[in-house]
Amino acid sequence: MSAFPVTSRNFRKNTAKAHADENLRKALKRMESGAIVRRAAVVAELPEFDALRDEALAIKNHVLGNLDFYLERFEAQVKAQGGHVHWCATPRQARETILSICQAVGARTATKGKSMIAEEIALNPFLEENGIEPVETDLGEYIIQLADEPPSHIIGPALHKTKEQVTELFHQHHRKYGREERVTDPQALVNEAREILRQKYIDADVGITGANFLIAETGSTIIVTNEGNGDLTQMLPRVHVVITSIEKVVPTLEDVSTILRVLARSATGQEFSSYTTFSTGPKRAGDLDGPEQFHVVLLDNGRSDLLGTEMQDLLRCIRCGACMNHCPVYHSVGGHAYGWVYPGPIGAALDPHFLGIEEAQHLPNASTFCGRCESVCPMRIPLPDIMRHWRERAFESAVTPPQQRFGIRLWAWVAMRPALYRAGARLAMRLLAWLGRREGRLSSLPFAGGWTAGRDLPAPQGRTFQELWAARRGARK
Amino acid sequence: MSEAREKILRGIRRSLGRGPRLGEERAALQARLASPRPNLIPKRARLPHAEQVVLFQAMAEKLDATVARVSSLAEVPDAVAEYLAARNLPTTIRMSPDPELDAIPWDRRPLLTLHRGRAAPEDLVGLTPAFAGIAETGTLMFASGAARPATINFMPDTHIAVLRSSQVVGDYETAFARLRAAAGREDGLFMPRTVNLVTGPSRTGDIEQTLILGAHGPRRLHVVLVDDEAH
Ligand code: SF4
Repeated sequence: MSAFPVTSRNFRKNTAKAHADENLRKALKRMESGAIVRRAAVVAELPEFDALRDEALAIKNHVLGNLDFYLERFEAQVKAQGGHVHWCATPRQARETILSICQAVGARTATKGKSMIAEEIALNPFLEENGIEPVETDLGEYIIQLADEPPSHIIGPALHKTKEQVTELFHQHHRKYGREERVTDPQALVNEAREILRQKYIDADVGITGANFLIAETGSTIIVTNEGNGDLTQMLPRVHVVITSIEKVVPTLEDVSTILRVLARSATGQEFSSYTTFSTGPKRAGDLDGPEQFHVVLLDNGRSDLLGTEMQDLLRCIRCGACMNHCPVYHSVGGHAYGWVYPGPIGAALDPHFLGIEEAQHLPNASTFCGRCESVCPMRIPLPDIMRHWRERAFESAVTPPQQRFGIRLWAWVAMRPALYRAGARLAMRLLAWLGRREGRLSSLPFAGGWTAGRDLPAPQGRTFQELWAARRGARK
Repeated sequence: MSEAREKILRGIRRSLGRGPRLGEERAALQARLASPRPNLIPKRARLPHAEQVVLFQAMAEKLDATVARVSSLAEVPDAVAEYLAARNLPTTIRMSPDPELDAIPWDRRPLLTLHRGRAAPEDLVGLTPAFAGIAETGTLMFASGAARPATINFMPDTHIAVLRSSQVVGDYETAFARLRAAAGREDGLFMPRTVNLVTGPSRTGDIEQTLILGAHGPRRLHVVLVDDEAH
């Protein structure tokens, strides 16, 4: 697979492509009706849901304020139970660390559970370049690995693929295993992947998983999955590598219990995911199965710089995907348009940190500030506020293009002169009303071609908001 | 990578505008870890024990597991045999080499063939003892160990768990507290290599968001719930 092609800069072009993609439209439509309804139903079953969110938020804030302490404690507990912790400041260090763990056991293949951090550090292409075959085992990840595409959603990486496309991919790639038939039924497709991947788990030398949480109290790493692939990935090979990042640590099993109660409900609308697995060190004396080595690769990649800033709240994120499931912009453009690992509102708020505001300048603008993301975020992350901070930064650092800057300045200048503003608005309303007098709507507008390309603007009735407001106030008095 | 370690820890402290946690602050954090306290426990879990057992069954069934209640360990072989026969499943079983499961009078159903040990790729039915049943979401907890290889929970197509009613608790926190108490140590080093919380069978929604059971783990999860409490 090729490295994650960063295309955030081309956000506008990407969205145009997405709009033209009929399959993507259907997939996003399904998500709108499915994920939102499921979450709402399961949340309604738990009256304490909002109180649990508040507690989850407080736990994470407590951790972030004491992150150094909890990481050191986590490390000590992993070591005390025979595991290893590798601290990595950069993606490069993380990639090289994993490679050397693989090389030390002469690994030829590594099975992988789903991990967004592995995407963040572009692990697969690096392993391939170095002669190690990475095998994705999460069904969605497996599908997009065959398609050589990046994930389009942090929970459902192949959300954008239709079953016909999966049929073709399997047909094309499974012939080498003697499978000639074209399988079309989803159940049969799942069975086929299950059978083929079974042997891969058994043959792999190294199993790589992510972690949803790290427990300081016990030195455990936790994965939350539905398929069971993460479990087979970590229990069958000789070596288990956990690739994770520093903000995932939580103090105790009690604390993680609280957060787990909001995670699955927010992510997939389930009461609980099928498998929540706690891994602590390598296999013990007398154990009949389990890995002989246990390595935790702990990535910073600039996260520590977010602490103490107005962006710190981003580090509470538990990657549930609820914000993108509920985002009208995501519904309209899908995940690939964002152009990097994390799409949707969390991506719009987080990617500029990793990619730089210049590359990611369009992402914080890809929001209507409707606030749905914040309202469903289990960790109550103020995503719109953070996007606004990025917009300000883009403006300050002169990344915003000159035309736009001029427009914003002009608007600010006019807005500070109420009489002029009112006169301007009145003139514009009258003009638009006159232009749209026939049809009652306007199908194109200067400076707003992008907006009117896909829809019409209803013609205004000829009076401004201020005029209507003044009239109403006058009427009341 | 100890250079990276120092760099990251220093960076965290710099961003937070303070040095390492020392003295009283450190002691308070250590105390929080040493005596973990539950946060809010949902009301649905706070029930008399008998009702927790009922809730466990209801939630497990809601989340696509099946449950058979029997009144003693001696009835387990019948329950297992009937479950397998009703679904036309094979009667060869991979079982944890666990003394408690061994104590079950399996010879009552001679047609069941039991293999003890870790799971092998060809195993189709697995049987393992649960450590706890968590009522609030119908979740089973399994603790690995020499007598309880975790592979049996995942590799066979059909997973049968034996759970005693006295092992049913309301919430995750109580199950963890029991795990801590079972190890009898207070330094945090009490977790088995693998603790699995299992809620229903394996599933995926990765093809057009259609729910399909049996993605990589078991297609079926069956709980034999044994009443081991005096009424
Ligand atoms: S920002 Fe909130 S809603 Fe979005 S993925 Fe993170 S935790 Fe979930």
